[in-house]
Amino acid sequence: MSKKIGILALQGALEEHESTVKNAARNLGIQVEIVHINRTSQLSDIDAIILPGGESTSMKSIGRKLGLFEPLAERIRGGMPAFGTCAGAILLAKEVRRNKDEPITSGMMPLVNMVIIRNGYGRQKESFEVPISIPELDLKLDGVFIRAPIIEKVKDGVKVLATFEDQPVLVEQGNILASTFHPELSNTVAVHEYFLKKVQ
Amino acid sequence: MLFEDGIVERMWGSSRIRHGTNRLKRGFARMVKHGAVFDVTNAEQAAIAEDAGAVAVMVLDKLPADIRAAGGVARMASVDAIEAVMDHITIPVMAKCRIGHTQEALLLQEIGIDMIDESEVLTPANEAAHVWKWDFTVPFVNGCRDLGEALRRVEEGAAMIRTKGEAGTGNVAEAIRHMRMVNMGIRRLQANLDDPQELMILAREMKVSYELALETAKLGRLPVVNFAAGGIATPADAAMMMRMGVDGVFVGSGIYKSQDPEVRAEAIVYAVANWQDAEKVLEAQSMVSEKKSMTGIDIQTLAEAEKIQYRGAQL
Repeated sequence: MSKKIGILALQGALEEHESTVKNAARNLGIQVEIVHINRTSQLSDIDAIILPGGESTSMKSIGRKLGLFEPLAERIRGGMPAFGTCAGAILLAKEVRRNKDEPITSGMMPLVNMVIIRNGYGRQKESFEVPISIPELDLKLDGVFIRAPIIEKVKDGVKVLATFEDQPVLVEQGNILASTFHPELSNTVAVHEYFLKKVQ
Repeated sequence: MLFEDGIVERMWGSSRIRHGTNRLKRGFARMVKHGAVFDVTNAEQAAIAEDAGAVAVMVLDKLPADIRAAGGVARMASVDAIEAVMDHITIPVMAKCRIGHTQEALLLQEIGIDMIDESEVLTPANEAAHVWKWDFTVPFVNGCRDLGEALRRVEEGAAMIRTKGEAGTGNVAEAIRHMRMVNMGIRRLQANLDDPQELMILAREMKVSYELALETAKLGRLPVVNFAAGGIATPADAAMMMRMGVDGVFVGSGIYKSQDPEVRAEAIVYAVANWQDAEKVLEAQSMVSEKKSMTGIDIQTLAEAEKIQYRGAQL
């Protein structure tokens, strides 16, 4: 049976996730249907959600006006698999710093037990690529970090799947996966395959 | 054809990291898709843009409408003004350099802005050539009036394209025309995907390499992110451009030359995000009053010399 994969369509790099998740599904031999999510009425209909990269403040502003975050958080809390990359990971974090030096505030969908810092490495000139290993997936990929956040601290219940210089860059908490880099811009679909395996 | 001359390698702890790859430069543009970028001249306007949900701001010394009114030479904004905006907000900050003014571009890179717009809105500095953008670590966006111009800028290293439109007029007609030209060009390439000779003739007409013409034909779109710019003044204008297939919008004078910049900025962000939903676009359009839109200029009344879109190197 076909699985409906939602992609949060407020702003950002939706199409990159769409093509990557389709390729991952083909590899796994499963059927998926992609739904761009920007209305609360669509939420009951999907089997998983991807929160793409983009500008988290922009997503916040639009998502709030649409009243999307509470019902979406409720579905994820109820066990629906969710995968947030970069800005998407910020939306899923329990605690967020707007900037390195700013105090902690509550995240838009306070689900993943971690503290995340927006633009942790700085501006675009600090954006970088570096090889990242994910031992659990027996995988090495090009980590693409674009104005990326830094996961300052992970707390109870959060498993670290990959690090860069001792900082977590891919974490898992039950049904939720969050990365500070962009596997959808990388040379592999393996991370998306790993996510799709949660959607059974 | 891809050059990777903008790459800077350095050590981070025990890891060798790379800045300024094409993937990072084009990737930055991917992250602002489905968003709106607003022109600002100071930190106060930048804060309004950020609160409204803009994906980035573009700093200039004067808004395009004021450049048009003032005449004279328009150059990159003051370093002070750019830094004040950067210090005040957390979303990406872009800034404009003159066409072909490599030194202004280097200054903007040194300041640390997130993207450079090599813009016809400023007075062109080099009538023969644009900046050779492959050498830079920072990504560039360039304007275009048709597909050939867009692809020539990509061949020089632009990581993002926008329509030129006719800046500072509040008139969306030229942006629509330029996007139509881009779309028509892509359809012509696609129609000849299986005919290398025809494709090569088209590439020569467009004054671009065969390889890039072929890549574009295969993709059925520009190989980089493409925004609309030049004359967007209302939520309906922004949604109209999204309908034509752009990835997002730049709004120049349309916000701060209106009498309702705060709500208009928010309404345009909302219209861009929800352009496929008629009800939501209506909601966005209802937030603004036409009485408060910038007055605008009928392009028919502009002499050719007054049109900004024709400025700068043609090849």
